Amino acid sequence: MSLSLDIEDVSWAPVLHDITLSAAPGEILGLIGPNGGGKSSLLRCVYRRQRPDRGRITVDGLDVWTAGAGEVARRVAVVTQEPPADLENSVEQVVALGRVPYLGSLGRLTIAEHDLIEDAMERCAVRALARRPYAQLSGGERQRVHLARALVQQPGLLLLDEPTNHLDLRHQVELLRLIRSLGVTVVAALHDLQLAGAACDRLAVLSGGRLVADGPPAKVVTTELLTDVYGVDAEVTHGSDGLPRINLPLARQSVPSGRVSAIMAPSPGRPVR
Amino acid sequence: MTVRVAARRVSTDPPGRRVTLAGSVALLGVVLGISLIAAVGLGPVDIPFTDVWRIVFATRDAPTGPLAVIVRDIRLPRVLLGAIVGAGLAVTGAVLQGVLRNPLADPYLIGASSGASLGAVLALMSGLSWLLPVAAFTGAMVTFTVVLLLARNGGQLGVTRLILSGVAVAALAEAVTNFMVLNSPDSQLRSALFWTLGGLSGTQWGDLAVPAIVVAVFVVWFWLRSAGLNALVLGEEGATSLGVEVNRLRMRLVIGSAITVGAVVSVSGGIGFVALMVPHAVRMIVGGDNRWVVPLSALAGALLMVWVDVGARLLNQPDEIPIGVITAMLGAPFFLVLLARANRRAMS
Repeated sequence: MSLSLDIEDVSWAPVLHDITLSAAPGEILGLIGPNGGGKSSLLRCVYRRQRPDRGRITVDGLDVWTAGAGEVARRVAVVTQEPPADLENSVEQVVALGRVPYLGSLGRLTIAEHDLIEDAMERCAVRALARRPYAQLSGGERQRVHLARALVQQPGLLLLDEPTNHLDLRHQVELLRLIRSLGVTVVAALHDLQLAGAACDRLAVLSGGRLVADGPPAKVVTTELLTDVYGVDAEVTHGSDGLPRINLPLARQSVPSGRVSAIMAPSPGRPVR
Repeated sequence: MTVRVAARRVSTDPPGRRVTLAGSVALLGVVLGISLIAAVGLGPVDIPFTDVWRIVFATRDAPTGPLAVIVRDIRLPRVLLGAIVGAGLAVTGAVLQGVLRNPLADPYLIGASSGASLGAVLALMSGLSWLLPVAAFTGAMVTFTVVLLLARNGGQLGVTRLILSGVAVAALAEAVTNFMVLNSPDSQLRSALFWTLGGLSGTQWGDLAVPAIVVAVFVVWFWLRSAGLNALVLGEEGATSLGVEVNRLRMRLVIGSAITVGAVVSVSGGIGFVALMVPHAVRMIVGGDNRWVVPLSALAGALLMVWVDVGARLLNQPDEIPIGVITAMLGAPFFLVLLARANRRAMS
């Protein structure tokens, strides 16, 4: 099950201004842009954390701000940026919270739901941690636990706010590969443009609370974008897969190379021994 | 395939979860029942367990005379009220610790306990002692309302704001109470002190009805909301994304807690530490799932209070020790244990 997302003319002063953006069922949409550009705020409006001043947000035609919170939570799951760190619960208990939108007040999990929880932990590589107290996990492990919890919600739309920021390279790749395999619509705020370009079908750029670009990664990630939006002079090339490669000019902008070699070279007349 | 499913099923059970919730409730219920009867027999006059049993259940060979009067009219209402008070305090502690996501949360933190003492002492000083429970309940509700108004910020209930305003308002109420107690005539000093330290002596059957109903209703009411309470551990963002109307749930649970505490302390006076200790002890044994913690805290709180009250009656004869003194003495070492555990966890 994958659901469409339509954001129509959404404003939330002073952060978001007249944003219209949509994601087709099954699409992987990346939100990129500088810090404070409005990526997290826009996601918050979708998962009912922050009510926009104006505009309409619908998931598969359901207006998230007039529907009940539970109804939305059965369609939309979120992995937020800074989950609380001090939970006494075990990993498995945290993952099982993903069933809360489906359970009655005292509902007990069925065997099928237990299997779903096991499966989600397996897919997010946290099954070995199932009994561990959540508080003892590293940042990256916590992020994977929350992804497993989100999968247990069986969403049609998955929202991810910086899902890779605590992950090492291997887990970044695995996570992005995993979300591509889910067959649900995904909207992810990402910082790493190269990774975003490789993982997403489409990228939308938010800057100063406005949508400034929207399209396939190769069209969006350009030298001009990096200059205009991020204020960075960088060279964007395209790899053999047609995806953008970003070459950041760090070395050239720092200390002039001649001086570097002078410092590094052993001083003449003083043998290093 | 069936074997594999069965094996998975076992592995998903949380550790130590061989027993069911119904089983643990039944077990604690039986222990509580036996404790109630045993506690009725203990006091300045010892009454054998079997005699208490026969008087309570009015069997044909039940003893009559002064023993029966002591059991029926003095000890039994007092022991039952202890159980009700303990259950009410412990369950609100469990709920508030979950709602405020703070391990130190208890009824004192939302001003209700201190407000009850203030209301009671005010009534006492103005010679309206027949109004005591009403005045104590009103005091609890008034201070709690002040705390809530201070904590509300544009319709949102901020947890940190609630804790800060609760501490401030409680401190003010306690200061006023202490000033009035110090200035009270000697004849009323003991009575006034009772309200600040808590106690169950002199309980009459008529005192039981209101707190019993309130505690019973709210224990069930809290229990029905324990899945939402579980989701609150994820914080506002996380709980919202699980379909919990965080602000509404928080507000309702905090108001429910204040009503429960108000009803309880209006008959027992302020009793500290029970609400703090019992939920922690329960969580150490059964884990953090509030579907377990809420009902088991109520039962464990009742059990603790019944035995603490026995201590209050027996340890300093012929006088009684205020219950709040005993719970504070138990509470301090309990805190050290909690602290040691927290340190160990931080080290590992």
